[in-house]
Amino acid sequence: MEQAGESRIAQPRDRVWRALNDPEVLSRCLDGCKSMTRVGDGEYEAEVGAKVGPVKATFKAAISLNDVVEPESYRLDVEVKGGAAGFAKGSALVNLEEVAGDDGDETLLTYQINGNIGGKLAQIGSRLVDAAARKMAARFFERIKVDFDTA
Amino acid sequence: MASETGIGASVKRKEDARFITGAGNYTDDINAAGQTYAVFVRSPYPRAKINGVDTAAAAATDGVVAVFTGADLAADEIGDLPCGWLVKSKDGSDMVAPPHPPIATQAVNYVGEPYAVVIGETLEAAKNGAEAVDADFEELPAVVDLATAASADQIHESVPNNQAYDWELGDKAATDAAFDNADHVATVDIVNNRLIPNAIEPRAALGEYDAAAGTYTLHTTSQNPHLERLVLAAFVNVAPEARLRVISPDVGGGFGSKIFVYAEETAVIWAAGKVRRPVKWRAERSESFLADCHGRDHVTTAQLALAQDGKFLGLRVKTKANMGAYLSTFASSVPTYLYGTLMAGQYTTPAIYVEVQSLYTNTAPVDAYRGAGRPEATYVVERCVETAAREMSIDPAEIRRRNFIQPGDFPYDTPVALTYDTGDYEASLDKALEHIDYAGFGARRAASESAGRKRGIGFSCYIEACGLAPSQVAISLGAGVGLFEVGEVRVDVTGSVTVVTGSHSHGQSHETTFAQIISDKLGVPFENVTVLHGDTGRSDYALGTYGSRSLAVGGSAIISATDKIIAKGKKIAAHILEAQEDQMEFADGTFTVVDSNQSITFPEVAFAAYVPQNYPLEELEPGLSEKAFYDPPNFTYPAGAHICEVEVDPDTGVVDIVDFVAVDDFGHVVNPMIVEGQVHGGLAQGIGQALLEHGVYDDTGQLLSGSYMDYTMPRADDLPSFTVDTTVTPCTHNPLGVKGCGEAGAIGSTAAVMNAVTDALGVASVPMPATPETVWRAARGE
Repeated sequence: MEQAGESRIAQPRDRVWRALNDPEVLSRCLDGCKSMTRVGDGEYEAEVGAKVGPVKATFKAAISLNDVVEPESYRLDVEVKGGAAGFAKGSALVNLEEVAGDDGDETLLTYQINGNIGGKLAQIGSRLVDAAARKMAARFFERIKVDFDTA
Repeated sequence: MASETGIGASVKRKEDARFITGAGNYTDDINAAGQTYAVFVRSPYPRAKINGVDTAAAAATDGVVAVFTGADLAADEIGDLPCGWLVKSKDGSDMVAPPHPPIATQAVNYVGEPYAVVIGETLEAAKNGAEAVDADFEELPAVVDLATAASADQIHESVPNNQAYDWELGDKAATDAAFDNADHVATVDIVNNRLIPNAIEPRAALGEYDAAAGTYTLHTTSQNPHLERLVLAAFVNVAPEARLRVISPDVGGGFGSKIFVYAEETAVIWAAGKVRRPVKWRAERSESFLADCHGRDHVTTAQLALAQDGKFLGLRVKTKANMGAYLSTFASSVPTYLYGTLMAGQYTTPAIYVEVQSLYTNTAPVDAYRGAGRPEATYVVERCVETAAREMSIDPAEIRRRNFIQPGDFPYDTPVALTYDTGDYEASLDKALEHIDYAGFGARRAASESAGRKRGIGFSCYIEACGLAPSQVAISLGAGVGLFEVGEVRVDVTGSVTVVTGSHSHGQSHETTFAQIISDKLGVPFENVTVLHGDTGRSDYALGTYGSRSLAVGGSAIISATDKIIAKGKKIAAHILEAQEDQMEFADGTFTVVDSNQSITFPEVAFAAYVPQNYPLEELEPGLSEKAFYDPPNFTYPAGAHICEVEVDPDTGVVDIVDFVAVDDFGHVVNPMIVEGQVHGGLAQGIGQALLEHGVYDDTGQLLSGSYMDYTMPRADDLPSFTVDTTVTPCTHNPLGVKGCGEAGAIGSTAAVMNAVTDALGVASVPMPATPETVWRAARGE
């Protein structure tokens, strides 16, 4: 599974960076996120309810931030366990670029995701999981954008 | 004698009244008081070390009765699941089988392998408990690709090169010499696609323990309950055979996948003893995909050496066979004794050499599936023959004719260890050519061409060996069990008959066919014959149903028992009629003194046997009940000609089977309607393999074709209306002169379809299954 995307956010880069490192923001923006806890420096644990085709489960995710270059980029490594529903693991390379906007500094967020899945997720959901993951990622980065307006 | 219900009559099936009214009695229909439910926790990883399994949260889950891991079974000295056929490598060494604990202890080696089982008050409770089992896995790189498995990571500590064995059969030197003298060599590279069985009824088990008696009763979906009991008793150590009863009630299809002894029923019957309550398990379809043994999965290179006139001189076959992660119950025999031995086909090929390397991968175990080795062999031989015919511009029917073993050649010793007893291959081919209107094919092809479609015709002149035999030869070749069958004929006081057979019916219609035999032989009305099967508590030790053996072996045992009944009946009749025993004749249910009008009916003799007033008690035991064990002296050799005609749409790659003819020689036929049904089912599965079905793992070892969204079963609209016909050369060594018919359809048809598809496209090969995309690419030369 590989995918990439981008999102332009009308906020200065350091503000976007802070949001992307704030468990509360992440939790708010991730579809189905039931909890997100910081368990160490750059380490988080999350519970996410997700549905891929006929497979519906609460997944426990261990998230760690690596190769952090503040405030430009990091790699988000995720290991997801869904019990009987299987597992997923992958990483997202997130890059923030400062761009000039009409009303001041803006940020271009780009991401590249790759990962793989196993167990029931792969058995039943393999043809659906790409679309599901794409949708989840797109909604996440869209919500980050909106979150600044409402936060 | 062809009465309306005797041998040769298309009697409607006794079984169908209950099946079509939903009154069948399947394992999952049976419930015991106080029953609990088992759910297996299965590995999502194709290969991982188990660092620990934490069952605390699962055990604390509401309604969970118990949680067991592999360690719990090991602590009770529950043994590994064994493989029952010891194959030896070329160098004389024994095959290498890794330990196969029913519930994984140290490592998991395929997606779906169970590592814990949760017993719940309800199914839901057990499922909730299963969700709460927390295992610490250390993932390891999976070995998935069969072609490179021998040089990949070593899966099992005890298995170097992931190799089970490297086996050979035939004369290598003579075969090499044949190739040296050949005018032409045809080469094919073949992948025989992995299939997932998909019996309509998933596997199930209900285990019960009677603490007072110390006995276990296991209801399960087994094709051979005695084998199940033997393995659970002697190898797995659940309980001694005498304290373990295994019952296979109605079973909805097996196709081989229910021969094997699996982890689930093993754990269920053991757990019933641990929790002292009945334990029920039924596979969900997703589990069936993961954990039923799969079929086929070979990679082969084969070469046929020919003389200028198209005579076959030699055949060389080199195969890699996928065993999956463990060696299942009969896995080792499938690509060897049920495969290499069939490479002569219907032909006089004088020199044959077969090499088979069986390898482990991190995939579900692979074992017998309808045809078991013989479809793979037929595919090799018939693809080679068709390829040679095209390369040498010889008509495909003609090249076969030039090489057929002739009716006068029997018994015929092949260079690959079998002795064919009888056959007339040209008779079947001729009949099939007539049915398909071979002469008119050119015109039909031209008509398709002008409509923008490509038409092709493909042949498959298959032979198969079924009713595996004889015991002594098989045991000397590594079989761990005998190959006989038991039949018991119990005549009731009033002359009705109860037959107890060790064969098991899960679609084969024993209740009808065996009743026809009894009705025919004893003159008892068909409706007065009841056939019992599938219960170790009712029948003597027997081998059950696999390899198209039920009629040829199980039916022969019943005939032997029937002969004993008639012999004893003659003694009783002679006494009553005050005649000599050797003056007695028996026909149409009546004992008659030769050349007289003195006679007595079968029910009268039965009554005399059980109410022995006028009866020679001093020299004859009362009662009329006989049993026979029948050990077949040889395989039976069904053979036939399948011809497939296809139309391919080159723009979409869709293959339309426009005509399919199967002419089979099954020897004498007891019930033509049932035989035709068996052929239809086999053809559907063989065509399914050719065009639709494919068990696929991704390169990390995840099963991608794990549901009906991704695994394509053949449906009615994928299939034409078949033309099915027979020829008859009676088997020479069993009393009914019958061969087997259960697998032939699946054995012959696949090669015929693929020969037709390649003919239509004018290409050397198309990978199986020939899906629209595959065909579309092949048509474009990709």
